[in-house]
Amino acid sequence: MAVLDAPRIVTQRRGVPDAHTLKVYLETGGYEALRRALSMNPEEVAAEVDAASLLGRGGAGFPAGRKWAMLRRSPVSYLVINSDESEPATFKDHYLIEHDPHQVVEGIIISAYALQVTQAFLFVRGEFALGIERLTQAVNEAYAHGALGSKIFGSDFSLDLVVHPGAGAYICGEETALIEALEGKRGFPRIKPPFFPAVTGLYGEPTVVNNVETMSNIPWILLNGGASFAALGAGRSTGTRLFALSGRVKNPGVYEVEMVKNTFRDLIFDPALGGGIADGGQLKAFIPGGVSAPWFTPDQLDTPLGQDEVGSLGSMLGSGSVVVMDDTTCVVRAAWRITKFFSRESCGQCTPCREGSGWIERVMYRLEHGGGRMEDLELVLDLCDNIAPGLSWPPAQTTICVLGPSIPSSVKSAISTFRDEFAAHVAHGGCPYV
Amino acid sequence: MSGFFRADLRQRAEELVTLYPRPRSATIPLLHLVQEQEGYLSEAGIEAVAALTETTPAEVRGTASFYDMFHLEPVGRYHVGVCTNVACLLAGGAEMLEHVESTLGCAAGGRSADGLFSVEESECLADCNLAPCVQVNYRYVRTRTPEEFDVLVEDLRSGRREHDIPPHGTHSRVKRQGGLRAPKDEVAAERARARDARAQRDAAREETT
Amino acid sequence: MSETTPPPSITVDGRSVEVTPGEPLIEAIARAGTYVPRFCYHPRMEPVGVCRMCLVEVDGPRGPTLQPSCFVKASDGMSVVTESEKVKKAQDGVLEFLLSNHPLDCPVCDKGGECPLQDQALAHGSGESRFIEEKRHFEKPISIGAHVLLDRERCIQCSRCTRFAAEVAGDASITLTGRGDQTEIAPAPEHPFDSVFSGNTVQICPVGALTAKSYRFAARPWDLEQVESTCTGCAVGCRVAVQSSQNEVIRVLGIDSDSVNQSWLCDKGRYGLGDGADVSADLTSPRHRLREPLIRRGGQLTPVSWSEALAEAARLVRSVDPDQVGVIGGASLTNEGAYAFARLAREVVGTRHLDAQYDDGLDAALVSALPLATINEAVRARVIVTITDDLRQSLPVLFLRLRSGARKGTLVQFVTGPDALSDVAHHLVSVRPGEVGSVVQGVLAGRGVTGTALGDTQAATLRELLGEGEGVVVVVGRANVAEDPRLVEEAVRDLHRGLPGARFLVTLSRGNVRGALDMGLAPNVAPGRGLLDTPGRSFVEQLNAVAAGTQRVTLVLGDVLSNTVRQTDAARALEQSAVVVVAGHGSDTLAYADVVLPATVGYERRGTVTNLEGRVSALAAKVTAPGSAWDDATIAAEWAATLGAEWGWSGPDAASAEIEARTGYPALSVLEDDAYDGVVIDRADALSHRRALDPIGTPGIRSAATVGVTSLAGTVREPAPATLGGVERPAMPDARPLGSLPTPDAYALRLVAGRDLYDDGTTVGSSSALASQRRPARLRVHPLDLEHFALSDGQAVVARSARGDVSCWVDADDAVVRGTVVVPRLSRDQDGVDLVAALVEPDSAWTRVRVESR
Ligand SMILES: Cc1cc2nc3c(=O)[nH]c(=O)nc-3n(C[C@H](O)[C@H](O)[C@H](O)COP(=O)(O)O)c2cc1C
Ligand code: SF4
Ligand code: FES
Repeated sequence: MAVLDAPRIVTQRRGVPDAHTLKVYLETGGYEALRRALSMNPEEVAAEVDAASLLGRGGAGFPAGRKWAMLRRSPVSYLVINSDESEPATFKDHYLIEHDPHQVVEGIIISAYALQVTQAFLFVRGEFALGIERLTQAVNEAYAHGALGSKIFGSDFSLDLVVHPGAGAYICGEETALIEALEGKRGFPRIKPPFFPAVTGLYGEPTVVNNVETMSNIPWILLNGGASFAALGAGRSTGTRLFALSGRVKNPGVYEVEMVKNTFRDLIFDPALGGGIADGGQLKAFIPGGVSAPWFTPDQLDTPLGQDEVGSLGSMLGSGSVVVMDDTTCVVRAAWRITKFFSRESCGQCTPCREGSGWIERVMYRLEHGGGRMEDLELVLDLCDNIAPGLSWPPAQTTICVLGPSIPSSVKSAISTFRDEFAAHVAHGGCPYV
Repeated sequence: MSGFFRADLRQRAEELVTLYPRPRSATIPLLHLVQEQEGYLSEAGIEAVAALTETTPAEVRGTASFYDMFHLEPVGRYHVGVCTNVACLLAGGAEMLEHVESTLGCAAGGRSADGLFSVEESECLADCNLAPCVQVNYRYVRTRTPEEFDVLVEDLRSGRREHDIPPHGTHSRVKRQGGLRAPKDEVAAERARARDARAQRDAAREETT
Repeated sequence: MSETTPPPSITVDGRSVEVTPGEPLIEAIARAGTYVPRFCYHPRMEPVGVCRMCLVEVDGPRGPTLQPSCFVKASDGMSVVTESEKVKKAQDGVLEFLLSNHPLDCPVCDKGGECPLQDQALAHGSGESRFIEEKRHFEKPISIGAHVLLDRERCIQCSRCTRFAAEVAGDASITLTGRGDQTEIAPAPEHPFDSVFSGNTVQICPVGALTAKSYRFAARPWDLEQVESTCTGCAVGCRVAVQSSQNEVIRVLGIDSDSVNQSWLCDKGRYGLGDGADVSADLTSPRHRLREPLIRRGGQLTPVSWSEALAEAARLVRSVDPDQVGVIGGASLTNEGAYAFARLAREVVGTRHLDAQYDDGLDAALVSALPLATINEAVRARVIVTITDDLRQSLPVLFLRLRSGARKGTLVQFVTGPDALSDVAHHLVSVRPGEVGSVVQGVLAGRGVTGTALGDTQAATLRELLGEGEGVVVVVGRANVAEDPRLVEEAVRDLHRGLPGARFLVTLSRGNVRGALDMGLAPNVAPGRGLLDTPGRSFVEQLNAVAAGTQRVTLVLGDVLSNTVRQTDAARALEQSAVVVVAGHGSDTLAYADVVLPATVGYERRGTVTNLEGRVSALAAKVTAPGSAWDDATIAAEWAATLGAEWGWSGPDAASAEIEARTGYPALSVLEDDAYDGVVIDRADALSHRRALDPIGTPGIRSAATVGVTSLAGTVREPAPATLGGVERPAMPDARPLGSLPTPDAYALRLVAGRDLYDDGTTVGSSSALASQRRPARLRVHPLDLEHFALSDGQAVVARSARGDVSCWVDADDAVVRGTVVVPRLSRDQDGVDLVAALVEPDSAWTRVRVESR
C-alpha cells in the first residue's frame, strides 16, 4: 500500500477553486514565505534550501542548494526558470503553472533573493498558451502586490521577472539551449566546458537554471524549514515529488507522493493513485522517468521512487513521468514513435544525433510497418552504440548534449526485452497487432 | 521597418525589447507578435524583427525556422495539433490524427482548401492524462473522441469558440503590465556594498575563531 | 633537484609533446605527428565541436572519455589516445553518419578530387553502405549570391560558412535554418549572399555544398597547376595560390599567411581575374586587353612593332627638355617595374617629376618617415586608432583583421559616419570634412573643440586612453579624397609628435602603391626610400605644369582617368601634352595616347610587391601574356636602350637583383626562401614563419610541396638577419603648408567621397564575375537633412558645387553624418558621370555641395 501521509507540498491547493488568482493565493497563505525570507539574510535562505537537500526536479536531479552555491560571484547574475516541459509524457509543470502560478512566482522571488539577482526569466513552453497567460497574470498581480519590482515588501530587495515564451522545440528544455533561445538564437545546446551556467550562462554571466517544480517547493521549505523537507523521503531523495502517470493505466494524472517510501507498484496500482492497468489488462513494461530513460519490466515494480534506487537499476527517475504499457501495447510501435520524437527534436548540431536519430527512426519504421529484416536489429543497436558507445547506463556520449545518448534507451530496451516481438514483426511483414 | 506593426502591436513590440538586457533576446516574443498580426511570419515581419533586435533578416529567419510554432508560410486560422507521441499513441492518438486529417480534408503539414484549418502532427503536448491530446491554436480543446472533435469543428466554423480560441497567432491574451522596475544601478551598487560588508564580516569572524 | 620546471606537455599515444596551455588539443596532436580527421574545425575560427569527427580519448577524473579534440584545450599532463578501438569506432561511426544522407555524387561535384569528406571516406569508409533508406532531396544547386551556388544535399552542417559570416566577417547574411536533419544554410530570401567576402565560404566548405559560379565545371583539380603568389588588388597584398589550366587562371585561393590574410580573401581579389578582358575591341574599355604596341597615326591608334613604338616614345622624350617630361601613375606595377621606370625617368630621361599617387594619397616622404606598424601589430594593439575610409570597401582583408583585433584591444574611430568596423568600435569620434586636424589636436590636448562633435569628456577619456602612445597603432589614410590631404597629414604629424610610442599603418589606395613610392615613383623619394632634397612635381603640379606649358611629354603608367577625382584637369592635361601610356587594359586614358606600350598584368608577372605594412612579398607568374605584351622592367630597360642607355639587363629578375644590390631593399632573392611570410622593409623583428598548411583549413590548395608551404613536421631554416629589414627609415620631412579653409555654407553639405569595392576601376571592369555587382553611384544624405532641404528619399536632384552641376538621385541613409553628403568615388551614375569628379573642388580644403530638387 502506498504511504500517503506526507504533507502535500506543491499541490497543497489542489481542488481549491481559482487557486491561480492572487486573492485565493493570499487567502491560502501565499507570499508569507517570501515575507519570512525577506526577514532573513540571503545566505540563511540559501542555507534552508541546502538543508532541504532538494534535488532538481527538471530531470538531472542535481541538488538545488549545491547549484546555488556554485554561482560565480559577479556584478550581474541571472536566475532562469525552466518551464519548457516537453519530455514526452511529462505534464507536471503544466499542472503547476496553470493551477498554482503564484506558488511558482513566489518560489522564484525567494530564490532570487537568496541568489541576490535582480532579473529573473521564466521560460515557458510556447504551446502552453493558457499557462503563459496565467503566469503573466500572476506576475502582473505580484508587481501590483509589491512582491515584484522595486523594494519588494518595503525591503532593500528589488527584482524583475520576465515571462519568456518558447516557440516549440524540445531541446530548449536543455538548460544551455534554453539560454540560447533566451538570447534570441536557435536553441543549440552549448558545448561543455564550461559545464555549468552557474559559471557562464545568459550573456556569459553566471546564471542559475532551475525547474518550475523545484521552485514550487521553495515557499514550503521556507515556511516549514529545510529540515522538515529533508525528513521526508530517504537518502538523497528527500521530500515529495510530482509523478506524471500516463499510458495504459486506469487513472492517469499528476500525483504528489513522498519519495522512496513508495514504489512504482504503489504509484501504478494503488487505488488512490494509478488504480491499476486500464481495462483490466496486464502490465507489460513501463518507462520510469521520461522517454530518455531505459524501460522497466514488471520485475522492477517494487523499486522505490528514489533517484539512486532507480539509478542503480540502470535507468533514471528523470522528469518523473511514468508511462505504462500493457499487453495491448506494441512495443515496436512505441519504441519507433519515441525514436521519431528524438529525430524530429534533435537540434542538428552533432552528426551522430542528427543523422543517427533519423536513420534509426527509418529502420524502426520499417520494422513496424513492413520491410524489416532481422539483421536490422543488429544494425540499429550498432548505430545506437555509435551515438552512445558501450550502451551502458549512464550512457557515454559522442555528442554535445545528452539528447543524443537518450535516443538508444527505448530502442535498446525494446529490442533486448522483446526481441520475439521484433521477430514477429519481421515474420509478419509489419505489425501483427494492428 | 517600424511601420510594419499596427499601432497597438508596435507599442508592445517596442516594450518587449526593453524587457531584456540585450535586444536580440526579444526575438521569439517579437516573432509571436508578427504572427499575431499576420498569422504567419511574412518577410516584412522578419525584417521588422531584425531591425528591432539589431540583427540581420537571415539571423531572424534562421532562428524562427528552428521553432515549430513559427510558420514561414501561411497556416489556417485554426491550427490543429494532434499529439501522437507515446502516451497519446497508447490512447489512440494516431487514429485521432487520421480522423482530423480526413474531417478537415488536409494532411498534417497542410492547409484546408478554405484556408480555415491547418493540421500538424504534434509531439507530446504535456496533457497526457487526457489523451489523445488535441490543441487548436495552442489551446487544449480536450476532444478525446472523433465525435467530440466533430462538434468542435462545427463550433469553430460557426464562430462559437472565438471567446476561448482566438485566431492563429494570438499567443497570449494577457499583456504584461509595465516594464522593468528594479532600479538596476542602485541595486548593483547596493548589492556590491552588501557583499563587501558581508565579506568583511566573514573575514572578521574567521579571524576571531 | 632541478631548478627549472619542465615546459607543459601532454602525452599522445604514449609520446610526449610540448603544448601551449589553452591551445586546441587537435593542434598539439598534429605536432605529435597524428592528423586527427576533422570537418567543422577551422584553425582561423573559434572551435564549436559540432561535427564530432575529431573525437579522441582524453583521460579525465572519470577515466578516459571521448572528447572533441578541436574544442578541448591542451593542459599540462593531459593524456590522449587517438589510436584505440573506441576512437576508431567513434570516428568511423561519425563518418558513416555523415555519408548516410550524402548524395555521393563526386563525379559531377566541383569539389571532387580535393574534398576532405571524399578523402576521409576513401581512407576509412567501409566500401559498402549500410544505409538503404531514401536520402534527403533538395533542388540542386541553387544560386544564393552573385558568386556562390549551394547544393544542400551535399551539406554536412559543419557551420563553417555561417560562422565565417557571423564571426569573421561580422555580417550574418547566411545562417543555419531549420532543425535536426532538416538543417540547411540559407540567406534571407530578399537579401542574397552578396557579402564582399562570400568566396571565403566556398574556400572553407569541406564538401561540395558551396561552390563558385566561376569555377562550376571549369576544371578538375588534378588538371590545375598551382603557384604561390600575392594579390595586387589592393595594398593588403594577400597571399594566394593561383591555379591555372592551359594558360588561363582558373581560380585563386587564399593562403594562410599568419602575418597578412590568414587564408581570407575578398571577392574582388578572388573573382576579379580579368576573365572578361579580351572581349572588347573598344580601346577605351577595360574589357579590351592590349596585345601589341600602338602609335597614333592619322588620329588612330595603329599597331606597330616594339622597335617602332619604342623609337617613337624615345623621339617624344628627346623632343623636349628633360624638365618638360613627367611620369604619373605606377601603383599597379611590381617593385621591379616601378624601379625600372624610376631609373629610366631619373637617370636616362633626366626628370625629377614622378608621382604614383593621383592626389588621393599622402605625402610619400611622410609615409616613409613614420614608424611602421605591421598588420599583426595593429591587430594586437592595446589601442587601435583609425582615421581612414570604410576599410571593408577599400582594404577588405585589413577590415577582417582589424575586426578581430578590436575584440581584444580598444578601437577608436575618427569617422564621418559609422562604417562597417563601427559595430566593434569602442569610441567613435565624429569628424566632418575639414575637421580632422582640429579634432585630433583636441584629443591630444584632452579638450573638446567647439564647432565639432568632440566634447570635453570624450576628449579627456581618449587622452587618457592614448597615454604616450605605447601599444597604440594608428591606421591612417585618406578618409575622404574630397578633402585636402594636408589636413590629414597635419593630424598624422601631431599624432606622431603627441604619441611618441605610437606606430602607424598607412592605408593608401591601389595595389602596390607603397612599393611604387619606395622605388622612387614619387616627387620626393629616391629608389630605395631616400629623401630627395629637391622634390619634383607632384601629380597635381604636373597637371598644372602642362596647363602652363612647362610639361610637354607625359608618361602614364596605368590608367589615370578612372583613378583620379581630378578627371577634368587630367583630361585637359593629357590633351595638351604628348602622352605615352604603359598599360595592360584599355581605358579612357588611351583616347589621349600617342604611344601605347602593352604590359603584362596580374598573374602574368613575376617580381615583388610591398604591401601597406611595408612587407615585401613575391609575385609569381602563372600564365603568359597574350600577344606581345612585355613586363614593365623589360619595357623600361628596352626604352632606356633606345635612348642610348645600356643597362646590361632586362626583365624582372635582373631588376630585382639590382634593387637589392643598389639599395638593400628586399627583393626576390630573399623571398625565394619559402619559410617566411615576406620581409618587412625596416623591421627585422617582424619576420614571421609560415604556418603549416592544414589541408582542410584550405581545401583546394593541394599539397604542401607544390605550394612550397612548410609541411606539418618540417623544419625552418633561419635567414641571415643582415639580409632582412635592412632599409633605414628616413627622417620626418617638413610639413606642406595648408591654405585657408572655406567657410561653411548653411545651404550646403560637405562632400565625403567614400569608397565602393566594386568601383569603376580596371579590376572590376575587366571581370565578368564582378561587373554585375557594380551599382550606379547615388548621393546619400541623412534623412533629417533631406527633410531640411525639403527633399525625399530616392528623389531626382541637382547637386551643385563651385566646380559644376550634376543631375542625379539622392537616398536617405541614417549612417551619414548630418551636414554631409556621401558619394562613392571612382563610380559613375547610370549616365556614366563620375559624380565625385564632377563635384569635387580640387583646390579647396573641402567641397561644399548644394542639393536641390529638379
Ligand atoms: C534534452 C533535454 C531536455 C530537457 N528538458 C527539460 C525540461 O523540459 N524542463 C526542465 O526543467 N528541465 C529539462 N532538462 C533539464 C535541464 O537541462 C536542467 O537540468 C534543469 O532545468 C535544471 O533544473 P533543476 O536543477 O531544478 O532540475 C532537459 C535536459 C535535456 C538534456
Ligand atoms: S546531441 Fe543532438 S540535440 Fe544535443 S546538441 Fe547534439 S545534435 Fe543537438
Ligand atoms: S567536432 Fe572537432 S572538428 Fe568538428
